Amino acid sequence: MIQKKIAVVDYGIGNLYSVRRALESCGAEHITVTSAAEDILSADKVILPGVGAFADGMKGLKEKNLIEPIIEYARSGKTILGICLGMQLLATVSEELGLHQGLNLISGRVVPIPTETEKGKIRKIPYIGWTNLIEPRANAWERSLLNGLGNNDWVYLVHSFHVQPETESDLLATYDFDGYAVTAAVRTENIYGYQFHPEKSGAVGLRLVQCFLDA
Amino acid sequence: MTEKTVRLIARLDVKGENLIKGVHLEGLRVIGDPPEYAKRYYEQGADELIYLDIVASLYGRSNLVDIVRRTAHDVFVPMTVGGGIRAIEDVDTLLRAGADKVAINTAAVRRPDLISEVSKRYGAQCMVLSIEAKRQSPGKWEVYTDCGRERSGVDAIEWAQRGVELGAGEILLTSIDQEGTRKGFDTHLVGAITEVVGVPVICSGGYGQPEHLSQAVGEGADAIAFADVLHYGRITLKDLRDIAKASGIRVRSV
Repeated sequence: MIQKKIAVVDYGIGNLYSVRRALESCGAEHITVTSAAEDILSADKVILPGVGAFADGMKGLKEKNLIEPIIEYARSGKTILGICLGMQLLATVSEELGLHQGLNLISGRVVPIPTETEKGKIRKIPYIGWTNLIEPRANAWERSLLNGLGNNDWVYLVHSFHVQPETESDLLATYDFDGYAVTAAVRTENIYGYQFHPEKSGAVGLRLVQCFLDA
Repeated sequence: MTEKTVRLIARLDVKGENLIKGVHLEGLRVIGDPPEYAKRYYEQGADELIYLDIVASLYGRSNLVDIVRRTAHDVFVPMTVGGGIRAIEDVDTLLRAGADKVAINTAAVRRPDLISEVSKRYGAQCMVLSIEAKRQSPGKWEVYTDCGRERSGVDAIEWAQRGVELGAGEILLTSIDQEGTRKGFDTHLVGAITEVVGVPVICSGGYGQPEHLSQAVGEGADAIAFADVLHYGRITLKDLRDIAKASGIRVRSV
């Protein structure tokens, strides 16, 4: 079998070591952690990781001249997966600390999780911890990278903002946070975003990394 | 409407290259190789790991970076790392080695702006304020620094509020009085802190009996850290998860 080339985009932030280790432990051999446009354009699969503030993330991509290459790669139809902040960067615009333009690969808006429930209870933000994922429509996970995921599979995430996709069918998974459906995953064709960290979600996470590699 | 999910965390205090354990943060005993224990706890289903280098802020830099990197090689759950962090560059180094969050106590007390710097650069979720508190009088606790050795004169409740205002996204709350005693958590302290902050609170120090779990969660703890009970093999994380479920506490299914 010819090994696929995996590029992990390095733009100065994020725990890249854990992403690489998760890929390696699932058998990936050709992993490049890179900020070079040609590595991204020649890859078979791309991961866009990231933590921190949205504006800093976009600034990091811009400074390394990676915005155009990532968009060009995504339009080629090959799989790209944004994780955490990397997922949010795929959206059109973010409301985090002002209004900021994103990569616009998934039509949608990054908005804060409401800090108060309908009954006036306070939600502790950031959400930090594990959750089980909810399939937003029947068969939403069929023929997606989440195929085979069950209700008892838990993933780890930590965030204060989430992506609200413009098109309902782009919503791939949610979780319940005190009565509010928070976006956990989005997808437009070959473009995926996970708010959770597959590289930090134990055995379930590694299974999802494997799905990403096998697709 | 679901109730919150409580995290069960393995806490590993390290000194030099060893996992150690003390009582009231004193009287240290060597347990073993930290990454080996970390891997065991990961496989038992720990929701997170916390590494604290307990002498780093006294004697300067440590072996912590190497320990974190070796651990991240095999462990795929979040890792919080603290001890000896003084500047944003220390945070950069630890995150690159595989840490997901940093816990800061002493340096934050000395220079509170460090909390804002970390929070701005990496997000509030990355900045865990570590508070080591000692009871002074009913309803009053003082913050200690340098691993329980130095009094700071700072009130723990006020400090927790200030820390969150400055950008801390989580609080690691260690009771020096209860730490290592297995006599239960300082539930009054947990209650007093969770009442005034809107961020998750990790309760640390004192687990001994199943009822201690529900007591801490009842006072508002969002996560519980376990140390010597795990290190000495008195209980496993799987047992703790079963105890939590039997007590009606929502935890991750592993």
